[in-house]
Amino acid sequence: MSSPNYDYLDGNAAAGELSKVFAVDITTAAARCAECGTTKCLAEARLYMHGPGLVARCPACEHVLLRLVNVREHMFLDVRGMTYLCLDASHSEEAS
Amino acid sequence: MMWRSGTVVALHDETPTARTITLQVADWPSHVAGQHVDVRLTAPDGYSAVRSYSIASPPNAEARVELTVERLSDGEVSPYLTQELAVGDRLELRGPIGGWFVWRPWQTEPIQLIAGGSGIVPLMAMIRARTSAGSTKPFRLLYSVREPKAVFYRDELEVISNREDSVRLTYAYTRVAPKDWPRPPGRVDASVLAETTWSSKLIPTCYVCGPTSFVESTAALLVACGNRPDKIRTERFGPTGGRT
Repeated sequence: MSSPNYDYLDGNAAAGELSKVFAVDITTAAARCAECGTTKCLAEARLYMHGPGLVARCPACEHVLLRLVNVREHMFLDVRGMTYLCLDASHSEEAS
Repeated sequence: MMWRSGTVVALHDETPTARTITLQVADWPSHVAGQHVDVRLTAPDGYSAVRSYSIASPPNAEARVELTVERLSDGEVSPYLTQELAVGDRLELRGPIGGWFVWRPWQTEPIQLIAGGSGIVPLMAMIRARTSAGSTKPFRLLYSVREPKAVFYRDELEVISNREDSVRLTYAYTRVAPKDWPRPPGRVDASVLAETTWSSKLIPTCYVCGPTSFVESTAALLVACGNRPDKIRTERFGPTGGRT
């Protein structure tokens, strides 16, 4: 049943880790892939959590959108794989 | 988001390998059906492990959070949660988390829930939220499960599916089916979807939760049946449950 191709989760599963950094839930934001231009909710990204941090990849082209890595007392956030994140400002006050 | 402390107030075995843990969490900000929490266990030597678990309970005013945890034989966290944790113990949790895989009572479209194994948990929260909101919104649940004894929430699902304005419930058994079951055991395929789920013409929102391989194949079948990809919300869970 398990296959090496099925070693990822949804971006949704990163919401807890990302809440260490962001005041709002960015997994509900639309993210535009810097490589192919696909714009989808970050919750729909392919999420890989096997390494020392997490990696979110574009669900269309697999380009790396976001990396968040913990190294001792530092966190490294790399978002260069996204052209932008579009957040719904009307929901930003919602309890999360 | 900060870590909160929850006190175990009840434990209930759903199946021989899965247990529902009811926590009382001070200052819980309530949640939306479908959200999850991160649970952190810390050993005396400081080593800690974090796992994500879906919330099974509907939003409520009592600051209660129910998690149903399936024991993984090679797991690091789930054996403790399902075998050793006792009433009165405390757990550290972070949440509620995730605003994507959620159902809110003001959604008016037909809802198709599709669970693979313990993927039923966040979908049960949606069914319970529908009930507690007094909603009669059209819901269907297709629950793919290994065998009858692996079904979570069986009695409650039975009651809900027998009610008027009910949630239409279909079990799809993958390994062992009850005697005289109309369909031989097997994976969810296009014919199961065609016979038991909402027509794509009704533009339902589909929530699919289960192991990654299950979600992958089911979402592809839903698209092949004419469902719009942007109406399919998925939550995959992996064999290890994540990170340390």
